[in-house]
Amino acid sequence: MSHTRRNFLKFMGLAAAGLCAGSAGSALAAAEAGPVRAADALKAKRWAMVIDTTKVGTKETIDVLAKACHHAHNVPDIPTKQNVKWIWAASYDEAFDQPNDHGNDAMEKREFALLCNHCTHPPCVRVCPTQATFQRPDGIVAMDYHRCIGCRYCMAACPFGARSFNFMEPRLYLDLNNLNKEFPTRMRGVVEKCNFCVDRLAHGKQPACVEASNGALAFGDLSDPNSEVRKLLREHYTIRRKPSLGTEPGVYYII
Amino acid sequence: MKLYNGGKIITGLVIFLGLFLTPLAYNAGKAAYSQPKLKLPVNEKECVESKEYMRKNHMQLLDQWRDWALRDGKRVYVNSKGKEFEISLQKTCMKCHTNKAEFCDKCHNDASVSPYCWDCHIQPEGLKK
Repeated sequence: MSHTRRNFLKFMGLAAAGLCAGSAGSALAAAEAGPVRAADALKAKRWAMVIDTTKVGTKETIDVLAKACHHAHNVPDIPTKQNVKWIWAASYDEAFDQPNDHGNDAMEKREFALLCNHCTHPPCVRVCPTQATFQRPDGIVAMDYHRCIGCRYCMAACPFGARSFNFMEPRLYLDLNNLNKEFPTRMRGVVEKCNFCVDRLAHGKQPACVEASNGALAFGDLSDPNSEVRKLLREHYTIRRKPSLGTEPGVYYII
Repeated sequence: MKLYNGGKIITGLVIFLGLFLTPLAYNAGKAAYSQPKLKLPVNEKECVESKEYMRKNHMQLLDQWRDWALRDGKRVYVNSKGKEFEISLQKTCMKCHTNKAEFCDKCHNDASVSPYCWDCHIQPEGLKK
């Protein structure tokens, strides 16, 4: 073969193409280790909860929900004002900002189950300096306790009092023989709150309070017109807490 | 050439060198450092990745696992062989490594590192007051 410029260029072109194909092939063949979503996880565009206050309207019935929740997430019970709570009972006046002087007595005497509202526009997320609290794409306002520095800006920002600070070591107030070993505890100096049971949704389970409520609480996808929550919202008159603030809570109360 | 205050300087140097070399003298004749004997899982031979990879990179892997599970909501890890594991310290790692004191602490104590995993996560031995 004569050494012509034409042959030289042909050879170089072929060699370059071969190198490209070879490296692309090996990159495709190499198994890439990484994370995927679990197949049985529950998915939604916007998680929401509907609480039927005609069915859970007393302290006793709400305490059942709180017990299930607090056991599932190792929430301590501290007998002072520094208690930690994820879901709790409160009166009508505490819960809603629309008291009339002369309203429906039966309703105003009820107790209401309060928890983090997982707002569409969460003020706590805006103020967190470390992004320890953040909004997931499915609307859940989650906490990353690894990042929380305990500044409590989120507690000041939350208009619903849904957040608790661990003023002391929470393990001192936990029943250490009766812990849920599938979930961590917290440490002193972090803020905590309801997480809409992201840990349970990831395994295809409903939130702990919904499971313990005998159907008085419903949980589902607000963006799906056929979901149970949308059906309940269509059929009943519901209110949300402090709508005038514009945070768009994700927890609805049938009254 | 004359060394001013020679006596004091030489004495000082000897004392300094003596103190400086005490660690060597203290450890002379002792056995060299050996890696601690870990209690490995009985029923499981393979970790999520190879033993060498885990020894070198478990801290980075745990760091990634935390962000994937908590922040990205992806709770299943596909390892380099294509096998799937749930991303969870308490539910996956510690299901096989059933004793923190016999596994984690051995090397961490020797290397004098104290990760704060167990301030919140519950070790398989349980918690005591």
